[in-house]
Amino acid sequence: MTDAEMTEIETGPAKRPVRWHIAVFLAPAVVVYTAIMILPLIETLRLSFFNLVEGQVRFVGLANFKVLFGDPRWAAEFWNALKNNIIFFVIHMLVQNPIGIALAAMLSVPNLRFAAFYRSAIFVPTLLSFVIVGFIWKLILSPIWGITPWMLDLVGLKWAFAPWLGKPNTALIAVSLISVWQYVGIPMMLIYAALLNIPDEVLEAAECDGITGWSQFWKIKLPLILPAIGIISILTFVGNFNAFDLIYTVQGALAGPDKSTDILGTLLYRTFFGFQLQLGDRSMGATIATVMFLIILAGVSLYLFVIQRRMRRYQF
Amino acid sequence: MTRILKGMLFATTVLAPAGMAYAQDVTLTIESWRNDDLPIWQEKIIPAFEAKNPGIKIAFSPTAPTEYNAALNAKLDAGSAGDLITCRPFDASLELFNKGQLASLNDLPGMENFSDVAKSAWTTDDGATTFCVPMASVIHGFIYNADAFTELGLTPPTTEAEFFALLDKIKADGNYIPMAMGTKDLWEAATMGYQNIGPTYWKGEEGRKALIKGEQKLTDEPWVEPYKVLAKWKDYLGDGFEAQTYPDSQNLFTLGRAAIYPAGSWEIGPFNTQAQFKMGAFPPPVKNAGDTCYISDHNDIGIGLNAKSGNAEAAKKFLSFVASAEFADLYANALPGFFSLNSTAVKMQDPLAQEFVSWREKCQPTIRSTYQVLSRGTPNLENETWVESANVINGTDTPEQAAEKLQKGLDSWYKPAK
Repeated sequence: MTDAEMTEIETGPAKRPVRWHIAVFLAPAVVVYTAIMILPLIETLRLSFFNLVEGQVRFVGLANFKVLFGDPRWAAEFWNALKNNIIFFVIHMLVQNPIGIALAAMLSVPNLRFAAFYRSAIFVPTLLSFVIVGFIWKLILSPIWGITPWMLDLVGLKWAFAPWLGKPNTALIAVSLISVWQYVGIPMMLIYAALLNIPDEVLEAAECDGITGWSQFWKIKLPLILPAIGIISILTFVGNFNAFDLIYTVQGALAGPDKSTDILGTLLYRTFFGFQLQLGDRSMGATIATVMFLIILAGVSLYLFVIQRRMRRYQF
Repeated sequence: MTRILKGMLFATTVLAPAGMAYAQDVTLTIESWRNDDLPIWQEKIIPAFEAKNPGIKIAFSPTAPTEYNAALNAKLDAGSAGDLITCRPFDASLELFNKGQLASLNDLPGMENFSDVAKSAWTTDDGATTFCVPMASVIHGFIYNADAFTELGLTPPTTEAEFFALLDKIKADGNYIPMAMGTKDLWEAATMGYQNIGPTYWKGEEGRKALIKGEQKLTDEPWVEPYKVLAKWKDYLGDGFEAQTYPDSQNLFTLGRAAIYPAGSWEIGPFNTQAQFKMGAFPPPVKNAGDTCYISDHNDIGIGLNAKSGNAEAAKKFLSFVASAEFADLYANALPGFFSLNSTAVKMQDPLAQEFVSWREKCQPTIRSTYQVLSRGTPNLENETWVESANVINGTDTPEQAAEKLQKGLDSWYKPAK
């Protein structure tokens, strides 16, 4: 982007002196970003084409990928992790983002009392460490010391309680909802800001036309905040396919029970660093990391080149 | 979580000033996963060594157990690991030796104090080189709440049938959870469950060696039967055991809410300080009265020398100290439940530890079946056993399905020699 801008300026009619200060000001960020993000990324991509052959690290072409997708065990682990990751993402899209939008819509209602308090209270979990969040929720949901069984008992719903984190068919949903609880503040804040940006004149005009209340939200506000929703979706996508921390703290590196909460991040961790008696396998780890990178790249490209270009923007 | 916190607190408060104060001496750093033992090292073992070896300072630097292997491998590869490395048994450490990261200790003074069996967990396949000083083994069995047993008029069982009759009685009484174990952390089910009762069915070393030679398969009856027994445990565990973690199980037992705890002897120390009631222990029940009993007496901890250590001479002095009878006595009594592998007999004060170690006299000892050779490949048999043991107790898989999955995974990379 910046390069493009610079060249455009350079080709302008009047020849101006080279603007060195731009490069100077960009340098610190570029150097740091290259050193800690771009080089490791390239190195990871490179490593995925190498493996140990008779004790020597050699170039093996696509052999690692063949193992990952061709070997029945590796493939089963990978597809299981990808499936779980997609479910993890879908739950965030269906629960976190609609709730975030709803909360923002409610917060932006004029004359709402304690709005600032609600806003901070809902946003605070986002600032907490995933270690704390994981630990707190493990305790809350614990069938032994947790307060969930007791609270459900108070309202006569004791029968509905189950050790959710320990059952293969509910564990993933439970962990996803913990993550939703933690991060719901982010879509809320972004949408809230977008809603505040809508000029009063537009809303007043709508009111003159008799559009108020819910229909005003659906017909006026929602179309105007669609770009913000798009950004949130893509942030959720990237965040979810990179997720690892919460699952690791709540369910451990084996992502139990029966690998039902295993997502790409935990699979990568186990493969790359090893776990308990399993020794780390850097090449296969790098291969999984490469596949994760490609998945995220594909998702982001789809958004940038297909969805964002069709989105209608309004200028005020 | 608390372990990570403790580790961090320790690192920032204790290590940092220690490093500054003793900068002029040789400081040896010990890498370990035993963060529970921190006080014992600092108060007993390290002072005992430092008193006799002026000029050498020891810093004990533990990591959380589940992270230890990964962290250690990364540190060794980066060249930032400590001088002394606490060794996991068998393949994990053998791999480090093969990579040239652990030094040979064949000529270390004091190594003659250990039998070949004791050294087996840290010796190359051909038996030529030993690379860690054996420190301790752990024994599996069941710890029970003796007060609860007296209250309900129960006696420790010796056979499988008696064991389940006992569990039925405790369950019928309703005051205690019959058995404190959860499947959330997976390894409890495998280590305290499968590896605890299993040797009785696969006849200890006999079955374990046959498995390595390929004469037996995990789908054979001796290996499936412990899963069938384990599947029956389900009814005697606490409510919501699927989400019960390892600390939950420990607390349930030490708070007196559960009657029996499928244990490893390493629990003795912490339980002694936490439980307010009398405790007893019994070995894994045999199938029929009069059968030979088998126990898992697993070589668990050794200590080796980082091949790249700059203080090899000082470190070897410490290792010789670890190999001495004095250390064996100090360690076994400071940590009841970690039984010395030293040939010199150690007198232990703790009655519960004495009970555990007495089984060595009457039962055949073996080590955990998945540790030697069989966890060298991918999928890793030990890790798969965690998952499947939890699956069997949860009812996700039948014993037969679990065994079949494990054998299939093993077959995919393991070809028995000849």
